[in-house]
Amino acid sequence: MLNTDLIRKDFPILERTTASGARVVYLDSTATSQKPLAVIEAMNDFYRRSNANIHRGVHTLAEESTALYEGAREKIAKFINAASARQVIYTRNTTESINLVAYSWARANLKAGDLVILTEMEHHSNLVPWHMLAAERGVELDFITVTADGLLDLDAYKSLLARGPKLVSFTHMSNVLGTVNPAAEIIHLARDAGAVTLVDGAQSVPHLAVDVQALDADFYAFSAHKMCGPTGIGALYGKAELLEAMPPFLGGGDMIREVKLRSFRPNSLPHKFEAGTPAIAEAVGFGAAVDYLTKIGMDKIAAHEHAITEYALERLEEIPGVKVFGPSADKKGGVAAFTLEGIHPHDVAQILDQDGIAVRAGHHCAQPLHEKFGIPATSRASFYLYSTKAEVDLLVDGIYKVKKLFG
Amino acid sequence: MDDLYREVIIEHYKNPSYRGKLDPHDISFADNNPLCGDHIQVDLRVDADGKVADARFDGHGCAISQASADLLMESIIGKPVEDVKQLNKDFILEMLGIDLGPVRLKCALLSLKVLKAGVYGLGEASDSLVE
Repeated sequence: MLNTDLIRKDFPILERTTASGARVVYLDSTATSQKPLAVIEAMNDFYRRSNANIHRGVHTLAEESTALYEGAREKIAKFINAASARQVIYTRNTTESINLVAYSWARANLKAGDLVILTEMEHHSNLVPWHMLAAERGVELDFITVTADGLLDLDAYKSLLARGPKLVSFTHMSNVLGTVNPAAEIIHLARDAGAVTLVDGAQSVPHLAVDVQALDADFYAFSAHKMCGPTGIGALYGKAELLEAMPPFLGGGDMIREVKLRSFRPNSLPHKFEAGTPAIAEAVGFGAAVDYLTKIGMDKIAAHEHAITEYALERLEEIPGVKVFGPSADKKGGVAAFTLEGIHPHDVAQILDQDGIAVRAGHHCAQPLHEKFGIPATSRASFYLYSTKAEVDLLVDGIYKVKKLFG
Repeated sequence: MDDLYREVIIEHYKNPSYRGKLDPHDISFADNNPLCGDHIQVDLRVDADGKVADARFDGHGCAISQASADLLMESIIGKPVEDVKQLNKDFILEMLGIDLGPVRLKCALLSLKVLKAGVYGLGEASDSLVE
């Protein structure tokens, strides 16, 4: 277990109280993580000392800003073990990273009748871009089914692969079930079938050590804000030969090599995909977040979350009427989505909030998955490096209070 | 706890008087709250004078949305449909007797949005109906 007494000192927000006077018990890191001082200060320092637009200026501030922006990219590349920083494209978030692949790679490479394989446990961000492509291009979508205990059915996957898909796009870790999917195996099988792979890493990069080369992923998408970084910035990793061959996504400044009145030549990687002034301070914050997580150690963070999750599942399951969704603790990350019999998740979340306990209620942008399990919504508690067993105890006490109120 | 979960709300949630469907009915409409997936259907019977003769709601959702729907059905029976068209957010808040943040307000207003979309014959229960 991590020394949370020390770690929590890095997160000033965890000291605050809500209107009722209760200390915040933040169990919603799957939606967005809290930010350590190191990140907040890196962004402040950037605005206080170095702020200027990047790449074009030759003055001191522009040089510094560019170095910080590109330096953060190097850090992020190293964090996921990309072979080169030019394979890391800054985006707004995971959603935009997936859309970049859907608009650029997929529209250049897929035609009517081509098969795209997704899974039943996808977040809307890895469903809707493909619905839009299907409507526009007539590509076909099919889905790897989810078993009752919240795992992908790999036999079903193998039969889908026999139909010659062009793309397999799947989440590395479910934001509802917490399931950590066997990404390396899924990618390996896709490669044998001749398909390109895209991994939604929004939940995995913050919580597990991810090595994109070992996974052999073609594309890998993730967001800064779920991994101690700021909102408004994310990244898309891609294999160089794929990214090189792809047409630009958005047009504008910084993504060009040369512009004439009636034509342009695109810039080289990664700038080809970064039109317009980007989120510079956010990139600096992203780099600081990666430094922070690296210093603590991703393996230690994963082990800490595993211990908290194991404890949470054990405590939650002893409450009569509580049903936790997803696989056992050894197959999942720090997420516990649950229902409380006869009481709507919104009411659960609202009553917990009165004691400062922050959980999420709803379908968590995974409506088809909830439909699959025959429930409109769940309450979701999620954990990160600053979570404690004492917070799990407060959650459990809170759920007993909810039960009492609804009698 | 609570003002938000006043006894009357818990009571109407657990033991609603107007949950169900009307068959036959003159007006029926259903829609969802996209934020949380709550679903409400409202069925109305309208008499010869243009008054609501009977009303029922069905669906699923949180205590706030379901209690609000039950209280709303109770309050519109006997009212002219033209008056129902005038109901807005303030009416619901007064009826519930609680203050609500922006997210829970959507829960409380879902039944009124569905009701008004139904009486106006619209295809969607939009927010603008209850502003």
